[in-house]
Amino acid sequence: MADEQTVSERAKQNGGGANGALHGRLGSLGDVGRVGGGLARAGGEFVRSGRRFGGALAQAGQQATADAASRAAREVSERLTADLDDRDPDHLREQLPLLWLIASFWFRGEVRDLGNIPEEGPVLMVGNHSGGNMTPDTFIFTLAFSTYFGVERAFHQLAHNLVMASPFARLLRSGGTVAASPENARTALESGAALLVYPGGDWEVHRPTRDRNKVDFAGRKGFIRLALDADVPIVPVVAIGGQETALFISRGAWLAQLLGADRLLRLKVLPISLAVPWGLNIGDFFGHIPLPAKITVEVLEPIDVREQFGDDPDLNEVYDYVTRVMQETLDTLAAERRFPVIG
Amino acid sequence: MRLNESIVISAPPKLIWGYLAEPSNYLHFMSGVTRWEVEGEQRSGLGARYRMLIRVGSAEVGGLIEIVEWNEERDMAWSSVLGVDQRGRWRLRQLPDGRTRVELRFAYGVAGSGIPGWIAELFAAPQLGGHLRRSLQQLKRQVEHEQLRAEAAARQRERAGV
Repeated sequence: MADEQTVSERAKQNGGGANGALHGRLGSLGDVGRVGGGLARAGGEFVRSGRRFGGALAQAGQQATADAASRAAREVSERLTADLDDRDPDHLREQLPLLWLIASFWFRGEVRDLGNIPEEGPVLMVGNHSGGNMTPDTFIFTLAFSTYFGVERAFHQLAHNLVMASPFARLLRSGGTVAASPENARTALESGAALLVYPGGDWEVHRPTRDRNKVDFAGRKGFIRLALDADVPIVPVVAIGGQETALFISRGAWLAQLLGADRLLRLKVLPISLAVPWGLNIGDFFGHIPLPAKITVEVLEPIDVREQFGDDPDLNEVYDYVTRVMQETLDTLAAERRFPVIG
Repeated sequence: MRLNESIVISAPPKLIWGYLAEPSNYLHFMSGVTRWEVEGEQRSGLGARYRMLIRVGSAEVGGLIEIVEWNEERDMAWSSVLGVDQRGRWRLRQLPDGRTRVELRFAYGVAGSGIPGWIAELFAAPQLGGHLRRSLQQLKRQVEHEQLRAEAAARQRERAGV
């Protein structure tokens, strides 16, 4: 009833007479007009809502992007933090059979003289780095260390920021890997852990295959200062075979400079190689399938820097000594190899 | 994975047991073993602990083991405390002809490692089986050699006494 009255009143307002039918008809017309007006209003509202919705969407999009960026930044930042607790001995233990399978049957890995590593306490192991971003010698050594001393002994490895920011970072961190930095190295040694570092870093790991039997730390002596500060012995670890897991053509230092990767990502190199499955592989960002090259690792006797070179040692002298004994061992290991890849 | 190897040794259980009870002998006759050290004060017997490693593939695997069964001249069993899960047993049984049947049982694995663990156990079996066989052969050679030496020494003493 209330609706009919409203219709009649509106019909009147729209020019309707006293006749009921006319009223009714006019009322109907008025109703149509009302509906039309309503439609128009609704249309306008719809457009305004659309605009508001679009604006809200845009805002939400911006917010989501900002949130995602913030989350990503937070995650990268977290990944680069040296939380030694991320090392998970139980998880590592469960991964050992898989590592053992790959190390034994793909790389025919051989790790010699692990007994040279002190039985307990912090120790700085210094290795030559090979194999591009896949570095088979690192995980073969991790396997050997973990089975020899047990997963209970804390063991950390330093890795480049890019590696720590990769999707594999969680797995690596559970195995004891932390981002490479002097602070992280110091924290690990102060906690009493064994620490494996590669002073040559990305410079050495991406060296051309023709230089596969060269130790190249690029003059980096930070590891000596680290050993002196933490008062721990240096144990050189020499590996061969990693640089035969792909055909490394060039470090691509010029390319890194050209593209500004050295400034933006701390990348001094942008390696160029021929690798499975990519063929021509620039940057090695997604890794590659390493060829089944035989990997041999030899652990040398510990070097007590202060005992051997005095209380205030000349860093250049220590550097020359460490790199020389490592090069001599690498030469011996190279002389044992009859064929590339096969070993 | 469980492995089982056995051999017959021409010596009484007492002599073989004496050889097996001495931890310093293990590096001499156990094939593939790179470490066998006494951990703690107790050198042998129930509860004695050893840190042992055996080379399999690319790694030296093992860990801390403890003697969990010690039945003189018959059974000696050990179980892992740390490292790869393992359980082993020396089982000595005298035969009617005076010789001794020596059985070496070895079970191993890594709990929680899933399918890769199962595959690794399977792939390690031939190599570990070979180590066990060679270990028994070396044990036989060394114990029988010891037996011959002991008999020769006894004959010499007899002759000297005469």
